Amino acid sequence: MRSLIGAKQQKWLLLAPALTVLALISFVPFVQTLWLSFSDSEISALPTVVSFIGLENYIYALTDPDFIDSLGRTLYFTFVSVGAEVILGVAVALLLNQQFKGRTLMRALIILPWAIPTIVNAVTWRLIYNPEYGALNSLLMQLGIIGEYQSWLGNPDVAMNMVILADVWKNFPLVAYVALAALQTVPMDMLNAARLEGANAWRRFFKITLPWIIGPLLVIIVLRSVEAFRVFDIIYVMTRGGPANQTKTASFYVYQEYFSYLRSGSGSSYAIIVALISIILIFGYYKAAKRQNGSL
Amino acid sequence: MHSTIKRPRHLSCLLYASLTLLAFFVLAPVLWLLLMSLSSPTDLTKVPLQWIPSQWDFSRYALLLDWQNGSGKRFLAAMLNSLIIATSASFIALVAGVLAAYAFSRRNASMLLMFAFLATIMMPPITYILPLYSAFSELGILNTKVSLIICYSAMLIPFAIWLMKTNIDVLPEEIEHAAMIEGAGTIYTLRKVVLPIILPAIGATAMLSFLTAWDEFFYALIFSSDLSAKTIPVAIADFSAGRVTDFGVIASVGVLASVPPVLIALFFQRFIVSGLVGGSVKG
Repeated sequence: MRSLIGAKQQKWLLLAPALTVLALISFVPFVQTLWLSFSDSEISALPTVVSFIGLENYIYALTDPDFIDSLGRTLYFTFVSVGAEVILGVAVALLLNQQFKGRTLMRALIILPWAIPTIVNAVTWRLIYNPEYGALNSLLMQLGIIGEYQSWLGNPDVAMNMVILADVWKNFPLVAYVALAALQTVPMDMLNAARLEGANAWRRFFKITLPWIIGPLLVIIVLRSVEAFRVFDIIYVMTRGGPANQTKTASFYVYQEYFSYLRSGSGSSYAIIVALISIILIFGYYKAAKRQNGSL
Repeated sequence: MHSTIKRPRHLSCLLYASLTLLAFFVLAPVLWLLLMSLSSPTDLTKVPLQWIPSQWDFSRYALLLDWQNGSGKRFLAAMLNSLIIATSASFIALVAGVLAAYAFSRRNASMLLMFAFLATIMMPPITYILPLYSAFSELGILNTKVSLIICYSAMLIPFAIWLMKTNIDVLPEEIEHAAMIEGAGTIYTLRKVVLPIILPAIGATAMLSFLTAWDEFFYALIFSSDLSAKTIPVAIADFSAGRVTDFGVIASVGVLASVPPVLIALFFQRFIVSGLVGGSVKG
């Protein structure tokens, strides 16, 4: 029986549901945001006259020190968070790749932080950091490490790093699992040969293991960076951008511009700038993925 | 890298010390959340803390699991909303995902389009939120489950396509050809030949999709305003920001909200990890 429609039409029919949803929910809104970013639009209950103001919003955004600061903080969050997740993740993977009793249990255990919802993670750490009754204060005091209770999230110098710790706890398992899977592919005979030639563990790791697992690691590093760069939920629950704006990241900044100050035009230009930086990261993902499997 | 050579004693000590440290780091926050949910308010406000409750207090769980009171109602309604939204969105994503994946694997759909799809989920949601908000408001579907189901579908579809595609790519095409020569249409072949083989991958994708949707916060925060659509992450943020002064209540909400994803993750660990690792790495 000959099929009634050609292969080409069939292709588009198969793509139609996905394409429709993504066009309406992602592509079109993106173009609309782009358009808004060149206007002086504001969110209001009454219909207002919106005029086209060219690059004015962008000039304003790029000379707004508060926005530039929030971009800097977002980059700091991204680099430190993902960096720590990679170091910890690879270390844990190396550990769980050893032979020991209870290995299966340990491998299962580290899925816990990843499985716990982000918001629950944020709430948990906020309670742990609580300045009056938090577990961290109590523990460090009982161990004699601190002399008095600290306001971990209230101190502008440390708040961001405390948020990062919570983020690392939640996300290092993903890196660990990827690294662990990659470690299984490292050829044993190469490692044994190096060992016989007298290469120590450090040398074996940097000369053989790391080059062998770097491909998959690179992909997960870029993916995690893309995710970290748009951080919002954990900030919203833990600090709301405080203290003294020290944890106000770009997404949070745009969120406030939209929904607190109701400036949709300038908010959109901020959003587009954030998107452009994301696009650079996404391009990095494309390169990493291509290098990894040559297909995409 | 297990060695056949017996490990020297000092390395053994180091290994077990590191493992203990790791177990503490991973478990301590979870155990403390659990303990907080079961401690009495007075134990939770001691300085230094009463780590093991002087008496076990199950009252918050009783409160939260009861439709008859305010907190219980807010919590249970949010759990139910999350369940409905995450399940529906995952289902839509799977159907649209399998169909599109087949177009990419077998009908030569352009990889550039695949990349454009993937790029949509990598963009920060702040680039979509405002036009979506206006559109939903004009359509009168703000603060409904439908609006969130649509948004979450869009968030899950590219990922579902990618996972399904990597699994269909490795199947031998001959079986499908045989089915089609015997007169089966594409949809029939997809359902009767391809689907049964990739069922494990579909299961993994379904669970990852569900977990992702269960976790989502930003869209839910913006689009929902009361019990008719609020999801559990938004409810938790409300509980923790509201007038609730008892940490135990907040902790109990956190524990209960974690039960579904943690159970799924633990029971289907192998599945999920291979899906995660495969989806993000093998390509």
